[in-house]
Amino acid sequence: MVSNFGFGALVITLIVSIYGIIAAVYGARKNSLAWVESARKAMLLTFPLISLVALSIIYLLVTGDYQVQYVYNVTSSTMPIYLKVTALWGGQAGSLIFWSLLLSAFASAVTLRKWDRDREFLPWVIVVALVTLVFFVGMSIFFENPFVRFWQTAGGAEAVAMFKPVGATNLTPFDGRGLNPLLRHPGMIIHPPMLYLGFVSFVIPFAFAIAALVTGRTDDRWIRVTRRWTLVAWLFLSLGLVLGSRWAYDVLGWGGYWAWDPVEIAAFMPFLSGTAFLHSVMIQEKRGLFKRWNMVLIILTYSLVIFGTFLTRSGVLSSVHAFSQSAIGPLFFGYIGITFAISLALLLQRWNALRSEGEMHSMLSREALFLLNNLLFMGILVVCFWGVLFPLISELFTGQKVTVGPPFYERSTGPLFAALLLLMGVAPLSAWGHSTVKTLGKAMWKPFIASLIVPVIAYVLGVRAPMAFVAFWLCGFVALITLYEYYRGVAARHRKNGENVFAALWNLMGRNRRRYGGYIIHLGVVLMALGIIGIEMFQTETQGTIPPGGQMSLGSYTISFDKLDIFDTADGRNVARAVVSVERDGKPLGQLFPRRDYYYDSQQPMTIPGVRSTMEDDLYVLLVDWEPISSTGVTFKVYHNPLVNWLWLGGFVFIFGTLVAAWPEKEPEPVRVPAVNRKMTSSGVQSAD
Amino acid sequence: MDLTLKKHITLTLIALFAGLLLAGLFFTLVQAQSPTPTDNEVNAVAKQLYCPVCENISLDVCPTTACAQWRALIRAQLAEGKTVDEIKEYFVANYGDRVLATPPTRGFNWLVYILPPLFFLGGVYMVYRVLSTMKYKKPDQPAQPPVEPGEADQADPYFARVEAELEQHRKNGE
Amino acid sequence: MTSLPDEMKTQEHSRRLPTWVVGLAFTILVGFLVLVGLGLRRAQSGPITVGQDVPPFSLTTFDGVTINTADLTGKVIVVNFWASWCKPCEQEAFELEAAYQYYKPGGEVIFLGVDYVDTEPEALGFINKFGLTYDNGPDLRTKISQMFRIQGVPETYIIDREGKLAFVKKGPFLSTSEIQNVIDQVLQ
Repeated sequence: MVSNFGFGALVITLIVSIYGIIAAVYGARKNSLAWVESARKAMLLTFPLISLVALSIIYLLVTGDYQVQYVYNVTSSTMPIYLKVTALWGGQAGSLIFWSLLLSAFASAVTLRKWDRDREFLPWVIVVALVTLVFFVGMSIFFENPFVRFWQTAGGAEAVAMFKPVGATNLTPFDGRGLNPLLRHPGMIIHPPMLYLGFVSFVIPFAFAIAALVTGRTDDRWIRVTRRWTLVAWLFLSLGLVLGSRWAYDVLGWGGYWAWDPVEIAAFMPFLSGTAFLHSVMIQEKRGLFKRWNMVLIILTYSLVIFGTFLTRSGVLSSVHAFSQSAIGPLFFGYIGITFAISLALLLQRWNALRSEGEMHSMLSREALFLLNNLLFMGILVVCFWGVLFPLISELFTGQKVTVGPPFYERSTGPLFAALLLLMGVAPLSAWGHSTVKTLGKAMWKPFIASLIVPVIAYVLGVRAPMAFVAFWLCGFVALITLYEYYRGVAARHRKNGENVFAALWNLMGRNRRRYGGYIIHLGVVLMALGIIGIEMFQTETQGTIPPGGQMSLGSYTISFDKLDIFDTADGRNVARAVVSVERDGKPLGQLFPRRDYYYDSQQPMTIPGVRSTMEDDLYVLLVDWEPISSTGVTFKVYHNPLVNWLWLGGFVFIFGTLVAAWPEKEPEPVRVPAVNRKMTSSGVQSAD
Repeated sequence: MDLTLKKHITLTLIALFAGLLLAGLFFTLVQAQSPTPTDNEVNAVAKQLYCPVCENISLDVCPTTACAQWRALIRAQLAEGKTVDEIKEYFVANYGDRVLATPPTRGFNWLVYILPPLFFLGGVYMVYRVLSTMKYKKPDQPAQPPVEPGEADQADPYFARVEAELEQHRKNGE
Repeated sequence: MTSLPDEMKTQEHSRRLPTWVVGLAFTILVGFLVLVGLGLRRAQSGPITVGQDVPPFSLTTFDGVTINTADLTGKVIVVNFWASWCKPCEQEAFELEAAYQYYKPGGEVIFLGVDYVDTEPEALGFINKFGLTYDNGPDLRTKISQMFRIQGVPETYIIDREGKLAFVKKGPFLSTSEIQNVIDQVLQ
């Protein structure tokens, strides 16, 4: 009953969306406000409709209606209720509905804003949003229907269909297969929604870009309108990636946080082009340059977002290979191809209208350095894209399967990331329009001198590798420059207005959120880089089998195996839990409880490490089952990860910085300038938004 | 039996026995010098190889039965004294190029290593062209005065211009 | 992208974007899409389809004997992919051996067991455990499995007397009679 209802709502959503597209196009062409308004209402209507669909699925999940194939696939009776709800995005079919829900929500929110100044954009924004929605909803209805059920046909065979086949009876399994144990971790519960939020919110700037192209409003209005959307989209995407890394570190049990797996890279690529876009639009706002390039970037980001959505783990697809063999692969590939081609055609049509309004005069001006930033990000993107695609292409042309693994990515992107880190420090010091070596040098020399102490400290602490010195120095240098910028701003305000440090800081951040929020983000990136350097360059590990009472050591740490408990839990798993004591240089540091969970319903094991975390390092102990786990001897794998928690701390700072940068400004509307003054400069006197 | 013959036979038997004993000792000594490779030694090799069946998982962390067999194979080969390269070659010969972490540099695979740098160089060239052609164009308005970084709000050109125009307004109004 | 240098051109000379640039951009895009599309289709279509010629291949058994399918034309060849670590493969092992024994006297049907991505000691253990007497050998460099583009194990491919693929089975056979039925059909 509920399945039929949900499916009905889904079909109505499709019909309403198609109507919305037609109404919007007609209204735009005929310049009819009534039709555009009708399209807007259709857009708004999709949200309650698709919410009903999602609620139906959740109802089925929570009540455990195992006749529905999706419910069977992702839930089981031993799962707690909150996990059953999150199972909405535990599988392919549900994830698609969830994506559609988010898209509908965001697009509706956009249509609710004040459109007075951008009336001509509205119909086209609706069209783009609804076309995307039609694709996803259509995919759900025809290929990944979450409401299909099990039936037993008259002939006795098992069938899966939406509606009861003639002569068939209901077939309800006793229990479900249960959610993949890997998805039952809190990080994995939030990670897919965050990632999807990031993906979906990038559709909005794209919609505005297309609207700008179609209507010929090729000034930077579309950028100003979507400025916060872009920042928020980028925030969610970053959060999703950081959470995914944290989950991998906590639960996948190999002591690392990023494996350069094609699925991870597919989610990382929109982040790369999105970050390039984030910076590049500032050039267009401030100097009227690179309008065409910005269009290219947002079109690219949209395509990569769709690509990433379909490759992510919350679906069934766990690898590029599996993806290419699924039924959906070609369809969605066709969608990307068509939307990319149409966007490109629109761009080429408006090519001349997108001429730059100014020139770049100086190689060291901020816009030149932003250009360099884009170049580096695109370089990394090309490495990632080619690395993911190459195994497929190799198999196509030579019949040979190859693996493009972490060494390829690390060696290719390492130098590019280092260059970006350096640029991140230097670029904020350069000015829009003009900078020379002298002005930059003047701003940099004090932090530079101060940063030289970092390699010294590193040496004292025992670091010997030359690469590490450079890497640590770079982090110190960029951090010091950023902090110095804050210091100078605070000092200037103090001098001018007599404010104390805190008031100065508050006002500084309040008056120019984007700049100072950006500095915080950069600081966050430096902290993350510190964590990454620590774990990538200085990780040590050891593995061994010890009996109870036995010991093993790694560096200055010693772990002793106290005891092993094996028991069953109420939520359907068999747990083997070891108790180990940790000592360092003879001093006891406490106990850790690495364990191995075996889920009966999905017949999958999961290893959860016992971790002792400090800002200095992590001691990460895993229960390994190379040999069967028994009380006579257990195999432990111990990782020592220096500095890794700076990665997570940096992530927090990063998020905080983005919130500062995106926070709406409470400033009053600026005074309107008389028309005669508008001709003044090419950078333009544009009223702020 | 003749006494000397008996002596010869006894001596020979003793010599034989001693020889066997020594040989036995020798062999046990040799065994002690190549003990079962430790888990760490196996991991060091397994890290560099990838599971032929599952995608993108290295052998030291892969949880499947097949991977456990391959790790045992690595252990056995290390015990035989094979080097890391020899073990890698064995795996490639048996399971194909996909067990290696990066495609071996031959034939078609060169593309994976060459294209990204080529694209990057292309990008560098484009950036260079943009900067050089733009740089030498005569600006139709004077460049903005070099801004002192650190003077936050005052540095914001928009802010400065608004202030300037407000001043203008006030002056005109007076 | 061709954006930036051409921007300069348009500013100084003509007002239109040269058509050759547009043409080139689209050709590259379409070309790339076609390429990836072909790749996807090839991955989708799966192994050699029933009715097509099967290219000859060779298999070296664990006993060291090399068998070339080129020498076996005129016979029906049953190619079974398995692995010692594959649980479903165990379900059909006895049945395959029984079917082999059934057809052995006639000499018309050849059974080839291709060991997919396995280790020799374990493979031999598997063979002993199920008493397999037909030829089994490792798929070195996964050449054979890549040719058939198998998606997992166990999978069975039956080649008819003319060297064409006659039958594909993904997953284990459920009974000896199932195997015999299928082979009888190909024998005709």
